[in-house]
Amino acid sequence: MSLRVDTITCTRGGLTVLSGVSFSVAPGEALILRGPNGAGKTTLLRTLAGLTPPAEGRVDAAPDSIAYAGHADGLKAQLTVAENLTFWTGVFAADGIARAVEAFDLTDLLDRRAGNLSAGQKRRLSLARLLVTGRPIWCLDEPTVSLDTENVARFARAVEAHLAGGGLAVIATHIDLGLPTARSLDVTPFTRRARPASGASDDPFLSEGAL
Amino acid sequence: MIELLVRDLRLAIRAGGGFGLGLAFFLIATILMPFGIGPETGMITIIAPGILWIGALLACLLSLDRIFALDWEDGSLELLATSPLPLEAVAGVKALAHWLTTGLPLVAAAPVLAVLLNLPPQGFPWLLASLAVGTPALSAIGTFGAALTVGLKRGGLLLSLLVVPLYVPTLLFGAEAARRGAEGLDAATPLVLLAGITFATAATMPFAAAAALRVNLR
Repeated sequence: MSLRVDTITCTRGGLTVLSGVSFSVAPGEALILRGPNGAGKTTLLRTLAGLTPPAEGRVDAAPDSIAYAGHADGLKAQLTVAENLTFWTGVFAADGIARAVEAFDLTDLLDRRAGNLSAGQKRRLSLARLLVTGRPIWCLDEPTVSLDTENVARFARAVEAHLAGGGLAVIATHIDLGLPTARSLDVTPFTRRARPASGASDDPFLSEGAL
Repeated sequence: MIELLVRDLRLAIRAGGGFGLGLAFFLIATILMPFGIGPETGMITIIAPGILWIGALLACLLSLDRIFALDWEDGSLELLATSPLPLEAVAGVKALAHWLTTGLPLVAAAPVLAVLLNLPPQGFPWLLASLAVGTPALSAIGTFGAALTVGLKRGGLLLSLLVVPLYVPTLLFGAEAARRGAEGLDAATPLVLLAGITFATAATMPFAAAAALRVNLR
């Protein structure tokens, strides 16, 4: 189980954001994506997750092996914490929520409606979903937003446990998670200025102005 | 798939789920209709099947934008798209959940409202049959419309404009079956055609909706 990315071009909303991105991540390894706002970290993660197919190049990963967590928490405010997690156990045919609840210290919150949680608690619930998916490749977009230092450490331990179990992770973040096996990749060299994706790019006025 | 259906039904009946929206609109529109039309008793009986069908159609239309919009806003649609569930199944289950929370209550309320509109007794079974057979098509087509407009803020207007023309065949055959039934004529032909529309939309619309969702998620 590994993730290999071969010279992909990523687009967002019809614009080429990144091009020529290549890397591979082996089991037990984490890749930290770095780069300023707008560099294309989210676009790259969405491409890895399969939400936006790459315009060129290939993403090599076993089918149904990627778990994605984006900016939005993906929680239902009217459902309790337990109901939110249990829903995903059903979808991913997982064997229960106990491990996820323990890893992110949600035991006391199980019967609370997700809508009544604080931002940090929502984020923990959202991250707990990753353990429920049971998938080996985690693609995480700024996972530590609104977490306090204690919970950042808790999250880092969860990632370490995931890596130790043969999983791998691609994480876009601005903070140091202190993961021992992490490599980092600066996406800035791959960033392209906003320019129409294939098809419209042969218009000289557009491409000249944008390049 | 079953857990998605259970979740959607649960969300619909919890506070803020909008379960009663379509039903309340149907009740209000049909109850007000005789006041607007006036005391001419013959008239209301003649147009009762059409009123009930149009009321049901508009009630259905009212709740369409909730099908995907809420999941889109809170990010669950992206998570569902990356889950083992195929998007076609997600769209199919969403359509079914919409029918169970909107179409089915309309079917159940229709006989009561038909009494208010003085529908002839022989028309009741046909009215019920036409609504029961036809409203799933409204949910299936509506799911496709909702998938097309999912990324748009306030996409309700565009959604209505897209979906209403697609609703016309269902309305034609549904209201025709109910009218023929009320007049004591044989209503089997329009009912069979209506069933054909429902089966065709149930078979194709989840695929169309999934394709639209994929484009909108990019």
